[in-house]
Parts: sequence; structure tokens; C-alpha cells
Amino acid sequence: MSALLSIDRLRVELPAAKKGMRTVIHDVSLDVQAGEAVGLVGESGSGKSMTTRAVMRLLPEGARLSGEIRFDGISIPGMDRRALRRWRATRVGMIFQDPRAHINPVRTIGDFLFEGVMLDGRLSTSQARERISHLMRAVGIADVDRRLNQYPHELSGGLLQRVMIAAALTTEPELLLADEPTTALDVTTQEEVIAIIDELRRERGLAMLFITHDLDLAAAVCGRIAVMYAGSIVEEQKADALGLATSHPYTKGLLAARPELGRRERRLQTIEGRPISAFEVGDGCAFATRCPRVRDRCRQERPAPTQVPGGRVACHFIDFIDAAAGSPAVGSGGGTR
Amino acid sequence: MTTLGVASVVIYGAMFIVPGDPATLLVGGSKPNPEALAAVRRQFHLDDPFWQSYLRWLSGAVRGDFGVSLVYRSPVSDLIASRALTTILLVAYAAIVIVIAGVGLGVLAAWKEKRAGVVITMATTVMMGAPTFVMAVIFVAVFATGLGWFPVFGAGSGLTDRLWHLTLPAFALAFSWIAYVAQVTRAAVRDEIRSEHVDTAHARGVPERLILRRHVLRNASGPILTVSGLTVAGLFAGTAVAEQAFGINGIGALLVESAAKQDLAIVQAISLVLVAAFVVVNMLVDLCNALLDPRAAGRAAR
Ligand SMILES: Nc1ncnc2c1ncn2[C@@H]1O[C@H](COP(=O)(O)OP(=O)(O)O)[C@@H](O)[C@H]1O
Ligand SMILES: [Mg+2]
Repeated sequence: MSALLSIDRLRVELPAAKKGMRTVIHDVSLDVQAGEAVGLVGESGSGKSMTTRAVMRLLPEGARLSGEIRFDGISIPGMDRRALRRWRATRVGMIFQDPRAHINPVRTIGDFLFEGVMLDGRLSTSQARERISHLMRAVGIADVDRRLNQYPHELSGGLLQRVMIAAALTTEPELLLADEPTTALDVTTQEEVIAIIDELRRERGLAMLFITHDLDLAAAVCGRIAVMYAGSIVEEQKADALGLATSHPYTKGLLAARPELGRRERRLQTIEGRPISAFEVGDGCAFATRCPRVRDRCRQERPAPTQVPGGRVACHFIDFIDAAAGSPAVGSGGGTR
Repeated sequence: MTTLGVASVVIYGAMFIVPGDPATLLVGGSKPNPEALAAVRRQFHLDDPFWQSYLRWLSGAVRGDFGVSLVYRSPVSDLIASRALTTILLVAYAAIVIVIAGVGLGVLAAWKEKRAGVVITMATTVMMGAPTFVMAVIFVAVFATGLGWFPVFGAGSGLTDRLWHLTLPAFALAFSWIAYVAQVTRAAVRDEIRSEHVDTAHARGVPERLILRRHVLRNASGPILTVSGLTVAGLFAGTAVAEQAFGINGIGALLVESAAKQDLAIVQAISLVLVAAFVVVNMLVDLCNALLDPRAAGRAAR
């Protein structure tokens, strides 16, 4: 069976500030099956947002893309304007990080929600209204009629993100792209919003690409997790197998560095050394500058993804890692500090 | 209102300290006799202290009575009223041209950045540097004397004839302002096109045309309206040059002429009317802005 979303050797270059192009996505391959939730985890700047933007064809002007992205077998970069618009309007829903910036401030919540449903012209106004009220209650917004007439500045960040989730679901898409949907929210609201996304996704059997910098969060809502570093995916694993013996040193570092459960901080405290950007990566492994197990070979030769039980890891020394004692798996209760 | 009050004092005060003695002008002759001068001074209250004469002037002004012109020997309000229509027509004509052409070019430049944007930006940069009187000379040379499409002189009579007469002056007056409004519009629209909520609209498959209308223009309308309003308000002051260049008997020409002849009553009255027009346009702009932006309306209500 072919995947619903299939990213194949994606490479994205953006025009640099002065001259030339800068690589921000090196070589990303990732599949999302129908109905499956996949987490894309990495530090800030690792290229998570650019990956989703490439999928949505929302890259900044002058961006160069190579590789292939397919949805249900159809090439997204190859779509013409009309097909692209139609695809965006009916088959994919996007939840952005900052709802306050991503919802037009001068139009009402009702305008925002109706705009999406009415686009494909399949629903009458009353059917649309029906669907919108239903979804708004589903995302936990009580007084629907009042909210529809309000403006974004009259709603809290949490409510606004619920509106965004409702909006993404109004067209009954098959795939949800969620780019750090809770990073802009406060902690208690974060948990509620995650619970809503998770529940609605499962109910509807939607596929989801869930972007976050929080491994635990990703493991909680996703079946499979891809770990991204400096524009490439270093490891892809089943969520419950992550951090076991065969994991990539970067994943292990992330796991070891996570704060105690219960006082989860907004940003990961990470591994020794400075996280590098994709364009700084030389011929070798992207993680070579920070890896505790680095060897000469790592600096000279880029490791290809190797199949391991449950996933794949891009490291020259899987065998060596295999032999070492692994950190406990995510979700097994508490980190090792 | 405060603006108007302050402006009235400044306008009146400025005229008060202007060098030259209007009485000399009134009596005529290069060596007037002192008695005649004193008589004229008394008649026109020229020797009163500043505040006293200011208050007398102001109390008249609020009733629409700006006194009597020393040169024309007739009420200032009549002199202005008889010329007002021409000037208002000219300003309105120029304003419409500026808003349509300026906003249109600006939006086009921002929306079709690669194709139209470069050309329009270069053109408007050149246009910005072209003052009204230069454009007046060029327009007259090309369209009036050269092609003979438009009259060279005067304001005409009857609406169509007037509009025909006012076309060249209006375009000369509008010319550099079109460029200015276009550049501000372009910047505002471009900012909005790059905003994150427009990304959302794209991601939802909203058609381009709807994005432009609902999310770009609607959101950029605030700054566009403000700059258009300021420009239109500024036209009232700029109209003098156009009127002079095309021999149109409007308020602007009257102002210049009166200033040259030191006909203070007229200069003061026209200055005040211009400031009032400016203030009124600004108020309208603020009002529209409040209506356009729900956040501003919310703040005002609170
Ligand atoms: N508009 C842009 N132009 C050029 N470079 C960008 C732009 N946006 C992001 N980048 C760069 O692309 C890289 C990946 O960014 P991003 O995908 O936003 O990371 P993440 O979402 O993982 O935090 C970063 O190095 C960032 O500096
Ligand atoms: Mg991001």
C-alpha cells in the first residue's frame, strides 16, 4: 500500500541574506500512512516548519525545491494552481503555531470558519452552519453563536487555537499538518488543546504530521516519530521503541536531557555544543560536531539510513550503539537524569 | 477643534507681525499724508492690540464673517464663496485621480511584484520628483498647445465644460501625489501579502482574488486610507500653484494674489478655511479607520 503522504529525498534551498542559496532541508524522506499520526521532532531551526511548508507549497519566495512529495500518489510540487487550490481546500488541513498571527484580525471568527467550508461549494449555508457549530462544540467552544460574531482579539490564545483546529477540520481533510500547535499557549491550555487534537484525529481516522520540539509530547499522540537534526532526519522509530538500544546518539541525547516529568519546560535543554544549521553541515554526519561517540568516519562520510528493528537510523555505528546500554524508552515513566 | 483654535491664533499672529503696513497700501501713493493714514488705521482697527483684534476677527469668523478686503473693498466671505466651487471641483477631481491611479498602481505593483512592480516603482520614483508647476508646463505644451485636446486657460462654465477645463490642472496637481500614494499603497499591500494570516488563507485553498480582496486589501485599507486622506487634505494647499499656472480663478489663486498685495483679511480667512478643510478630512479619515478596524473600535468603546 502506498502512503497517503510520501516525502522522498526532499531538499529545500532558500535565498540567503546576501548572495546565493542556503540549504535548510538536506535530505528528508518520510511517509505518513492514511490514519496514522507521525511526529516530527527536533530543536528549533532544524527545519520542521520548512518541511511542512514544502508540503503545503508555502515556501518563501525564491525557494528551490528538489525531491518529490506525493499525496495519494499525486505529486504536490507538480500540481497546477487549480489542482493545488482544490487539494488544499478539500484534502489537507493545517494548524499553525501562532493562531493570533495566523487568523485575520479584522474579520470575525464566523467569517474565518465559513470561508473554509463554503469554498468547495458542496454545502448549503445552513449545512455549513450546522457543521461549524458541531465542530466548535467538539473543540470545546460552548457559546457558539456569540463566538461566531466576535473578533480574534476578543478570544484567548487557547480558544483561538481551538477555532483554528475547527477550521482545519471543517473541510473533512484526510491529512492534518500541525506545526507546534501548542507552543504559543500556556501550559494548562497546551494539554487541553493536545487532547482535543488527539481525540478528534482518532475519531475521524485522520492522518497527521505532528511537529513539535517535545519528544514526550510527540510520543503521547503519535505512533511513529521522526527525529530531525540540521535539516535531515536522523532517526525514524515507533514511538514506544524510541530511545532503545538502537537509537541515534542525538535521540538519546534529547531523551537524557529532558526535564523531570511534571515540570516540563517549554524548551528542551539539549546536548553539549551548539545546534548547527543545515547549511553548516559538511560532508560528514550532521551531528558529528556534538556527538559524544564521534569518529573520523563520521566527519568524512554522511551515514545513510540503516534499517533497525521498528525503524531506521542514520548512523555509522549502529552496531556499536547497539552494544551499549540504551536509555529507557519514551513513555516508560520519568527520564534518566 | 483644538487644532483649529491654535491654527487661528498662529495664522492671525503671523499676519500681525508681517512687515509692511497695509494702511500705506490702502491710502495709495508713495508718500501718503499722516492724517489719511491714521484715518484708515482707525477705520480698519489696525492699531488695536493683538488679542483685541484677534478676538474681534475670531468672533466674526465663526459667523462666517471674515471682514472686508482692503484691496477689493468687498466682504471676504463673498470673495471666497464665489471662487470656492471651482477650487472644490479641482481638488475633488485631483483627489479622485490620485486615489484611483495611486491605489490602483500601488496594488498592482505589490500583487504582481515581479512583472508590474519593478516598472511601477521606477516610474513612481521619477514621478515623485515632478512638481506641479513643471507638470503644468509640460501638460500645457503637450495636450493643450501641442495636441489641442484641452484648453490652456480658465475654468469654464457649466459642469462638463468645467471638468474639461479642469482636467489638465487636476492631473498636474495629482501627478506627484499619485506616485506618493502608489508607493505607500504598495508598501502596505506588500506587508499584508507577507503576513501570516495570508499564508493561512493560501493553505486553506482560498482563491487568489478572494485573498486579495478579503485579507490583503481589507487589512491594508487603514494605511491606504490615511495616506489618501492626508494627500487630499494637502491638495487644498497645493491647489494655489495649479490655479496660478492655468489661470483658474479659485481660492488658491486668490490666496497667492492677496498675499502679494498684503490683503491680510483674505489671507487669514483662506488660511483658516484651508486648515479647517484639512482638519475635517483628517477627522473623516480617523472615523473611517475606526470603522474599518475592529480592534480600534473596541479600544474607542472601552
Ligand atoms: N524565510 C526564511 N528565509 C531564510 N531562511 C529561513 C527562513 N525561515 C527559516 N529559515 C531558516 O531555515 C531553517 C529551518 O527553519 P524552520 O523550518 O523554521 O525550523 P523549525 O521549524 O524546526 O524551528 C533555520 O535555519 C532558519 O534560520
Ligand atoms: Mg517552526
